Amino acid sequence: MSGLIRRNPWRRPVVLATWTWLYVAWMFVPVVIAFVFSFNGGRSRSVWQGFSLRWWTEDPNASFLHDESLHSALRNSLILAVLTMLISTPLGIALAVGLARWRAKVAKGANWLMLIPLVTPEIVMGASLLLVFSNLYTGVPLGRPAQLLGHVTFSMSYVVVVSRGRLLAIGRDYEEAARDLGATAIQALRMVLLPLLAPAILASFVIVFAMSIDDFVISSFLSSGVASETVPVRIYSAVRTSSTPALNALASFLVFSSLFALALGMLGVSTYRKRRGDDSDGESVLTEFANFDM
Amino acid sequence: MRKNEGQWLWGLLAAPGTIWLLLLFALPFYGLACVAFGEIDPIFRNAVAAWNPLEWRFENFGEVMGEILTGSLRRVFVRTFGYVLAAVVLSFLIGYPVAYYLARHAGRWRGLLLALMILPFWVNYLMRMLAWVNLLQVDGWATKAFSAFGFQYNFLDGKGITVILGLVYGYVPFLVLPLYASLERLDVRLLEAARDLGASPGHAFRMVTVPLSRPGMMAAGVIIALPMFGDYYTNDMLSRSPATEMIGNQVDFYLNGTTQPQKGAVLVLVLSAMLVVFMSYYLVTTMRMQRELQT
Repeated sequence: MSGLIRRNPWRRPVVLATWTWLYVAWMFVPVVIAFVFSFNGGRSRSVWQGFSLRWWTEDPNASFLHDESLHSALRNSLILAVLTMLISTPLGIALAVGLARWRAKVAKGANWLMLIPLVTPEIVMGASLLLVFSNLYTGVPLGRPAQLLGHVTFSMSYVVVVSRGRLLAIGRDYEEAARDLGATAIQALRMVLLPLLAPAILASFVIVFAMSIDDFVISSFLSSGVASETVPVRIYSAVRTSSTPALNALASFLVFSSLFALALGMLGVSTYRKRRGDDSDGESVLTEFANFDM
Repeated sequence: MRKNEGQWLWGLLAAPGTIWLLLLFALPFYGLACVAFGEIDPIFRNAVAAWNPLEWRFENFGEVMGEILTGSLRRVFVRTFGYVLAAVVLSFLIGYPVAYYLARHAGRWRGLLLALMILPFWVNYLMRMLAWVNLLQVDGWATKAFSAFGFQYNFLDGKGITVILGLVYGYVPFLVLPLYASLERLDVRLLEAARDLGASPGHAFRMVTVPLSRPGMMAAGVIIALPMFGDYYTNDMLSRSPATEMIGNQVDFYLNGTTQPQKGAVLVLVLSAMLVVFMSYYLVTTMRMQRELQT
């Protein structure tokens, strides 16, 4: 008996808590150090030589502000991400709505076809796209066009998954009410379902943007040399050379741009919810952007 | 009466995405087989895809399979499985307690911690590897910290352990979140019942928590193992040595570094064939869990 009551069942799990906070430190401290080193005074990315803005702005050739090759990588990443976002989101939303309502036999097959990219290792997708662009779709040049097609292909299914949860939550009642009041199927879709889907659309925009920015494999397989290097490809090719802390500056800037996109998206979702009178805290807004569950 | 009305609209909405995936996902995968089973141009020595399955030839495939089964590629395959297994096990050892704490005990820290768990998704993967490359260089801070404890080690000099730890660092966030989701859904009353019936905390954990979170654990393990099997950039960033080469490195080498893409194509096909079990397992279990949640 004493074995059961010796320990307080409500005692705080100190070991677990410590473990969790150590995990958090382990996740973020290296990245923060890499960011701090972008302010290093010397050429090294591993030995601290005093604070300076040399690699951000001051160096006339090699700084983030002045090195044209870093700009080109950043430009490629951002243009690719925005274009992917603009193509993938509408395609994915339409696919999600279609698959949720469509009852034909083909719909089941289309549903499986949509799910498989979610579990396909990127290297399989990258390799097959590379081979098909160089053997069959020879009209699509490697570089940004091929990269764009590839990015839309791997991100579209995530849009479907993100909006599917929202579609289930909405249900069919509102739409049917609109139909009963005389709206056509298209009107019900445009005036009832789409506005209700707004948070999922916003979340999809942000998630696709971030996925495209983060992607390395597809961008690398489908690039056509230095001109179409994205930031991750640039980091990959420069990391083992004696490149300067400007590389850290570039990588940090990219992280800030996806965090900026996330913040914009969260702001959008919480504004939307407030306008509809929903009570929402930051946590539930954030989970809108972490809904990677199928 | 209205049940079938508007079906054309839903079909029309689903069509563009479906056609896109057929043309740029399904067909390229078929193209992979056509290159793997295709011919070599006798003059230019480049791969020619055979689009008609009746024209498929298996010399190239047999050659690569021979290398995998008995030749130089066997070590690469065994190593890949070893690394992935080690990295997945380590990820569980590190990630499960975190997910468990978050789901059961985090209390008022839960919101903040959850945000911190999601945040690594928004930090570029290559940036996270870059951070470690900087720390692990001979004059890097991590290396210096280790040598302060009398442990001299050149981490970036083709070390398997560095690659495994790199994989763990890269993919463990993708494990914690689904694990958290499955543990959070677990009914606490079942645990209370176990305790009331006399189980010790450890016993209740083993007999209730673990069995009930097993589907979530399996799915989470699979979802990090799949990209690890095809990973080559973690390896290249942290080692770039033939001593740690994985399947992905060979695929990258044949497709991007040589004029023998047909060999890379065979490797990708073999890799996909090995992974298809995991992929279907994940799809089927998550579909089942989703259906259970809906009903």
